[in-house]
Amino acid sequence: MSEETTRHLVTLVVNGVVREAAVPARRLLSDFLRHDLGLTGTHVGCEHGVCGACTVLLDGEPVRSCLTFAVTVDGHEITTVEGLARDGEPSPVQRAFTECHGLQCGFCTPGFLCTVTAFLRDNPAPTEEEALEAVSGNLCRCTGYQNIIKAVHRAAEIQAETQVRPGDREGRA
Amino acid sequence: MTTKLFGEPVQRREDARLVTGQGRYLDDLGPGALAAAFVRSPHAHARIKDIDVSAALDVEGLVAVYTWEDLPGALAEPLPLLIPHPALTHGRTAYPLAKDIVRHVGEPVVMVVAADRYLAEDACALIEVEYEFLKPVVGVEEAAQGVHLVHEDVPGNVGAHLVQEVPSREGRSAAEAIDAAPNRLEFRLDIERSASMPLEGRGVYARWDADDGSLRVYSSTQTSTSVRMAVAAKLGLPLPKVEVIAPDVGGGFGVKIVHPWPEEILVPWAARTLGREVKWTEDRREHFVSSAHERAQVQHVRVGFDDEGHVLGLDVTILHDHGAYTPYGIIVPIITSTQLLGPYKIGAYRVEFSSIYTNTVQVTPYRGAGRPQGVFCMERTLDRVAAYLGKDRTEVRAANFIGPDEFPYDQGLIFQDGRPLVYDSGNYPESLRMLKELIGWDSFPEMKARAAAEGRRIGIGIGCYVEGTGVGPYEGGHVQVTSDGRVHVSTGLTSQGQGHETVFAQIAATELGVPIERVSVVTGDTRRFGYAVGTFASRAAVMSGNAIALACRKVREKALRIAADALEADPRDLEITDGIVHVAGTPSASIPLATVAVLSNPLRYAFDEETKRATQFSGTSAPDRPPVDEGEEPGLEGRDYYSPIRSTFASGMHAAIVETDPETAEITILRYAVVHDCGKLINPMIVEGQIHGGVAQGVGGALYEKMVYDEHGQLLNASFMDFLMPYATEVPRIETAHLETPSPLNPLGVKGAGEAGVIPVSAVIASAIEDAEGIPIDRMPISPSDLHTLRLRLAG
Repeated sequence: MSEETTRHLVTLVVNGVVREAAVPARRLLSDFLRHDLGLTGTHVGCEHGVCGACTVLLDGEPVRSCLTFAVTVDGHEITTVEGLARDGEPSPVQRAFTECHGLQCGFCTPGFLCTVTAFLRDNPAPTEEEALEAVSGNLCRCTGYQNIIKAVHRAAEIQAETQVRPGDREGRA
Repeated sequence: MTTKLFGEPVQRREDARLVTGQGRYLDDLGPGALAAAFVRSPHAHARIKDIDVSAALDVEGLVAVYTWEDLPGALAEPLPLLIPHPALTHGRTAYPLAKDIVRHVGEPVVMVVAADRYLAEDACALIEVEYEFLKPVVGVEEAAQGVHLVHEDVPGNVGAHLVQEVPSREGRSAAEAIDAAPNRLEFRLDIERSASMPLEGRGVYARWDADDGSLRVYSSTQTSTSVRMAVAAKLGLPLPKVEVIAPDVGGGFGVKIVHPWPEEILVPWAARTLGREVKWTEDRREHFVSSAHERAQVQHVRVGFDDEGHVLGLDVTILHDHGAYTPYGIIVPIITSTQLLGPYKIGAYRVEFSSIYTNTVQVTPYRGAGRPQGVFCMERTLDRVAAYLGKDRTEVRAANFIGPDEFPYDQGLIFQDGRPLVYDSGNYPESLRMLKELIGWDSFPEMKARAAAEGRRIGIGIGCYVEGTGVGPYEGGHVQVTSDGRVHVSTGLTSQGQGHETVFAQIAATELGVPIERVSVVTGDTRRFGYAVGTFASRAAVMSGNAIALACRKVREKALRIAADALEADPRDLEITDGIVHVAGTPSASIPLATVAVLSNPLRYAFDEETKRATQFSGTSAPDRPPVDEGEEPGLEGRDYYSPIRSTFASGMHAAIVETDPETAEITILRYAVVHDCGKLINPMIVEGQIHGGVAQGVGGALYEKMVYDEHGQLLNASFMDFLMPYATEVPRIETAHLETPSPLNPLGVKGAGEAGVIPVSAVIASAIEDAEGIPIDRMPISPSDLHTLRLRLAG
């Protein structure tokens, strides 16, 4: 068995559930989530860490899963877009993106949702400037970002109204 | 609540799945499928001497390796030339896998199929292709000299040459009109390459059912019906044995209208040959070098005009770089040369283009599809006319506008659909008035003076366009009401984020008088609707929207007929509200649409309480008439098509205020204003979203995006690291206002909106930078270093 195909057991908590798979050392976290665990909500737009579509929360913090090897997150906690809703109810960020028409094709959306979820957990009442900065590492080719910025503020409002911080459940390490 | 949903900002029905990770894009399908990967040419122009695959054969998980020599029958022939044109005398398309010669970096040479993508790429890396280098032809002007050839049998590298000329009303040619004009200008404009660059690349997934002898193909495409026909033809399969489905598609912007891509026929062929599911998902680098680009042109302009700024004669010569192949014909330069005229009536017009081969990625439509180049040309021209005469730029535009009472207006040219370029409706003076108010055009000089007093440079710019939308030949819609009262709508064209599931449901709910929650919409699935053209040219709302409305009207008429029988009423007295057919003014005399659906299908066998009503002893059908009357069909459903005589013509005007840094030459857009007229709005929220996205892509094209080829034909910036697309920080807040001038051509009065936002942006930004700097801007994009160089040149 070559280095390319030798498998390593990776055990981690994804969206609150313990998951396990044996994968080659070179398997990207994005491919691991999508193809080994079947969580295809995390999308891959560039595979070189620029577009941000693959952003997931690693122990509560946004990371580019296309620049992360699955074997390096053994024992950690991951939240993907599939884990943002709670009890079948969309999270404030998910609701806000829908209300504000913050998505069109939806391909980049999971990365924005994860990024904004972590951002609003740390900064529940952002200024215009802070909200812009928060999403400025993710590419969207459809929306021109207008409604994404609106959605960040709307999500902050919903979050404040419901007194539930969307990031709380990630259990930051 | 039901009924009047047309025109309302209804929230999107697509979003619930897309925000929860439940969307299904191409690569999300077929978890157990084999993976395809391609060995692509690293050279821009070379002859293949030898392909040695032996080292790859030991790769674990390798299933198959294919070169051109393995391809049978029609697969071994060049790909289709999709849109032939008499002027395209030397159309050339690629082979699915290169035969003998590669003509751009990224051309596929070998296909590998393996257990997963990692292993397939391992095998690709071990395949050795020996090349003999040929001289690469790069740059449209160098190519036009014809010293070296991209295709041996295409002299001068000229794929197509087309001249269109419209004489003035007095019968003068453009040359005569220009020569006789009191004022004349002559200049050159340069437009760089960009690309659609959807966040999801291309992808194909195929399943062969050996027992059934049938093929199901999923493709991230803008036209599933046409892919289906191409796959059936290339694989020699009967059409009914092939189905093609566009799943959720992660953006298209034009590039995914091209078909069949090599991968789109090779992957299904491999699936059938191997009897296994096979999938290929394009990676970003592949997308840069093996899909398609657009925009690149060099334009030479001569214009003659009077002292009021009326254009008396305009002569434009265009060199269009169409890359290595012409699968999409010459649609892009045709659109540039016809839509160049915008909202203006000019004296005499002559336009000539040469479409030229180069050893670069092929050029096919990208959102705007040739219009941004045409608008750049016309608007830069009018700015120069205004500057020459010392007039306000909006005054010169107004002087040339087609009047609101001059429609239909015939521009005297042949448009991209092969039909006369006749504008259906518009109100350009009102658009301009609204735009000037929105941006504060008339008070800008004071603002500029105030800024200057603070040592700041600001400028204002404007750009106007007319966009032929809703191009034919046709689309269709099918609407079925089932016995549970649900309404199932399908249309053949595809969706890539435009919200079709929502707007088509709005149309159906409004036409049928049912709650929108009961309506479901399927697009781009040939199992549901086999006849379609595709999603491009801002045509979906116009074409499928109207087809669905017409199909709904058929269903409504039938429902009223059946209900009238049941209620013993006159169908003309019936209305449908909230899914219930009732006598107008007498809500008690009513019958649910669900029951009408039951009654529409005379049954022998019941399957639930409701359907008992339609069985033969229920007494619901008249014994003296056949259960299905002559001219009737069972079921409450309707199908109709919309095929317009010609395109609709949307229009718009944009203005921007920019600031240029006197030291660093950094360019900042301070304000951006849009007045947009796409006829009746179906969903204003979605239309605004389309405009926002278009403007953002326009900002990319105006300031950042270009494909940088070196003299060897290597694309130097084939990554998101180096090809700069705007992030949120680069796109200004976009202020919008809508004018609704209905189209007289279709029942809904709509025009298209998909491409609009992108079209005038480069012209607008150039206009504003020119105003701020006082330096003529004659190319796009313009970067801070470009501006810095221009300043130095002018100072020197």
